[in-house]
Amino acid sequence: MKANLKYNLAWLALMVAVFVLIDACEFFGIINSFIENMLVTIGINIILATGLNLIIGFSGQFSLGHAGFMAIGAYATGIITQNIATPLGFYLSMVVGIAIAMVAALIVGIPTLRLHGDYLAIATMGAAEIIRILINNFKITNGAAGLFNIPPLVTWATVYVLMCLTTIMTVNFIHSRRGRAVMAVREDEIAAEAMGINTTRWKLVAFVFGAGTAAIGGSLHAAYIQTIAPGDFNIMASIAILIIVVLGGVGSITGTFVAAIVLGALDTILQNFGTLRMIIYSLALILIMIFKPAGLLGNWEFSFKRLSQSRKKATVHD
Amino acid sequence: MQTFGQQLINGLSLGSIYALLALGYTMVYGIIKLINFAHGDIYMLGAFWGYYVINGLHFNFILTLLSAMIFCAIIGVLIEYFAYRPLRNSPRITALITAIGVSFLLENGMTYLFSANARSFPQVLPTITYHVLGLRISNIQLIILGTACLLMILLELVIKQTKMGKAMRAVAVDPQAAQLVGINLNHTISFTFALGSAMAGAAGVLIGLYYNSIDPLMGMTPGIKAFVAAVIGGIGSVPGASLGGFLTGLLETGVQAIGLSAYKDAVVYFVLIVILLVLPAGIFGKKLKEKV
Amino acid sequence: MTSPLLNAQQLVKNFGGLTAVANVSVHFNQNELVGLIGPNDAGKTTLFNLLTGETPVTSGAITLSTDQGVQSLTGKRPTAIAQAGLSRTFQNIRLFKTLSVLDNVRIAMTNHYHDGFFSSIFRTPKYYQTEAAMTTAAQELLAFFNLTDVANQPAKNLPYGTQRRLEIVRALATKPKILFLDEPAAGMNPEETADLTRLIRQIQHDFHITVVLIEHDMSLVMSVVERLYVLNHGALLAEGTPSEIQQNPAVIKAYLGGEPSC
Repeated sequence: MKANLKYNLAWLALMVAVFVLIDACEFFGIINSFIENMLVTIGINIILATGLNLIIGFSGQFSLGHAGFMAIGAYATGIITQNIATPLGFYLSMVVGIAIAMVAALIVGIPTLRLHGDYLAIATMGAAEIIRILINNFKITNGAAGLFNIPPLVTWATVYVLMCLTTIMTVNFIHSRRGRAVMAVREDEIAAEAMGINTTRWKLVAFVFGAGTAAIGGSLHAAYIQTIAPGDFNIMASIAILIIVVLGGVGSITGTFVAAIVLGALDTILQNFGTLRMIIYSLALILIMIFKPAGLLGNWEFSFKRLSQSRKKATVHD
Repeated sequence: MQTFGQQLINGLSLGSIYALLALGYTMVYGIIKLINFAHGDIYMLGAFWGYYVINGLHFNFILTLLSAMIFCAIIGVLIEYFAYRPLRNSPRITALITAIGVSFLLENGMTYLFSANARSFPQVLPTITYHVLGLRISNIQLIILGTACLLMILLELVIKQTKMGKAMRAVAVDPQAAQLVGINLNHTISFTFALGSAMAGAAGVLIGLYYNSIDPLMGMTPGIKAFVAAVIGGIGSVPGASLGGFLTGLLETGVQAIGLSAYKDAVVYFVLIVILLVLPAGIFGKKLKEKV
Repeated sequence: MTSPLLNAQQLVKNFGGLTAVANVSVHFNQNELVGLIGPNDAGKTTLFNLLTGETPVTSGAITLSTDQGVQSLTGKRPTAIAQAGLSRTFQNIRLFKTLSVLDNVRIAMTNHYHDGFFSSIFRTPKYYQTEAAMTTAAQELLAFFNLTDVANQPAKNLPYGTQRRLEIVRALATKPKILFLDEPAAGMNPEETADLTRLIRQIQHDFHITVVLIEHDMSLVMSVVERLYVLNHGALLAEGTPSEIQQNPAVIKAYLGGEPSC
């Protein structure tokens, strides 16, 4: 119990330290609006990719529809905060977005999660496209033009705190009774069933959980960028999140962080290259995959616990 | 009845393009279990090749079609050699991301070289519209349909009758066992990419003729739709891909005809999901159950 | 004698035109050790799959009688059957390969512990209590089977015989009433087989459960089981104690091929 407290405090200290660091950089003007934009994008991408990694890396279900659930969160915030332009309105909109995204994930997941591998991927992609096309045609979402002038109710600090919160919740979920059941489904469905694990249920839990976090990412995106259109949430958006997950290492949350930061930084640096930007980006993607097929970190995970244990071992050996 | 007939013809023309593209997806998937995301972009390259050889070298239709097929076959083989072969024993999701990377590279490379603007495809054949039983049928539509059907029959013959086709089928069933009986895996996979890419190249030229407009991003949406078509037909199955392609084309024009064009893609995806739920491996796909 | 714990009546399984299991009735009593033997392709594993719900029966009925009453298991999903108290191992080992030995066992305990969803994602004291309780229980089980040293290793890194043992431990962690072992000695050396024989007796004795095993190793089967079923070509050929079976002419003809009994 005490040891657990120690590790939890270590994580808390790390989160506070990074916050203070960013805040100080803001204060001293090291971070301009350009860099801040990059940091916020990285934060939102981490939220989105962590949720997708839970679905793909931990429950082993290949979903290509993450942007659909992100869209639900974004539009919930866009529509509600245009009417209630207060921070409370933002959080309300986020909760509404999460709820709708989770219901949508249930509706999509119950039938499709019976499918396997690429079939599931293509079905979830189809479902996300259906969500996007509906948004594209509804009046309340302003059709293909999208929503403008969404009140700016989100700062980098909001994104940072929510990024920390969703990551903590996701990681805690993975390291619980539920997370292990979810991983059992990934490892061997037949064996899991024979152990009394209701595979359909646990797949669905991971899928719905991931959809909920995607909605949080969408809400933050809408409130920070202030403009959203259905085209922002197409297949390419889902693929962009998938790239972060695979590049970092499927099944590694640490990897997701690293990949989101690397890609975010790369994107910012490449802004100077104009049209060559995407060519360099795609070449980098191909080369990283060829030389690091398991992603940057494989399934390695950073852990204060392991760190302190290996240090203890080292002192014993001395 | 008349509109129905008209939509049937439009749907079949569009469907044959999807079918040609779907064949490439299904063959590659069948043999190395990879969703070749760059396949739609090979189709775009085929269209651009057509554009340049018609304008620059004044090729006629047949020559354009054949040269585009050869050009795309070479590109397909090169992509497989450089991007996918090093990853053959890696996790499949890694190869998928690489394929997406190749797709981005082709799209952005072409945008960089030839600008993102759409350009009009030269009319190598004069358009003639026939009026039969009150239906408008253009010679372009007939050529598309005819060429597509001819290519599909040829493909079927190659797969069923030739030694290489037999090797392809063997590798699709069991790569290890195929190697044990002396089949060269690398050659077979290269050949599969060549065949699939040639089909895409032909589709690119045909779509250029049909829609008159080409641009570097033109492969994205049809590529995804053709993959959906391949899945509907049962991925890995050649007749399935043709059927899926025609079905998708007919469905799209049908939905458009009843005034729901804004929802045409949604309907296609909905049908896809329903088909997968009823037949989890598509119409002609084989369902493999794991043995305990 | 009270009614048997598990009763399967006239089970039939057809795969297309092929009858894999033809009208087989078996029953297993409380705390009994039963063997299931037969030549290759006799339908032994298929019968296991029918009993554990892996393969749906074509016809027939399966009932489980416990203190809580009689329960039909016919047509239930494997998950539900496992929750009712039937657990199994697999002929071709199916561990959760990349997960640790400890996690393999804790996963099998998933349904026996309950912490609220919010308590686990926000790590309330209740979460830590549940985790500690699960881990302790799993470690006790691992200690019982001498697996403590490898508790934190990924299951795939274990030697073959140890993997088989872990599969049995994992099945036991579900707190089964009946344990089905599908060829537990397959691929084991004589020493490991001897250990396994002791282990199976110990399981029956210490856990007070019914154990049913498919096995080709006759010395193991004959020395350990109380009762035997013999299957041949999907049909039940004989039933009896090991000594009865060893003298059964039909069995000797069909299965032992006339060889002297081992």
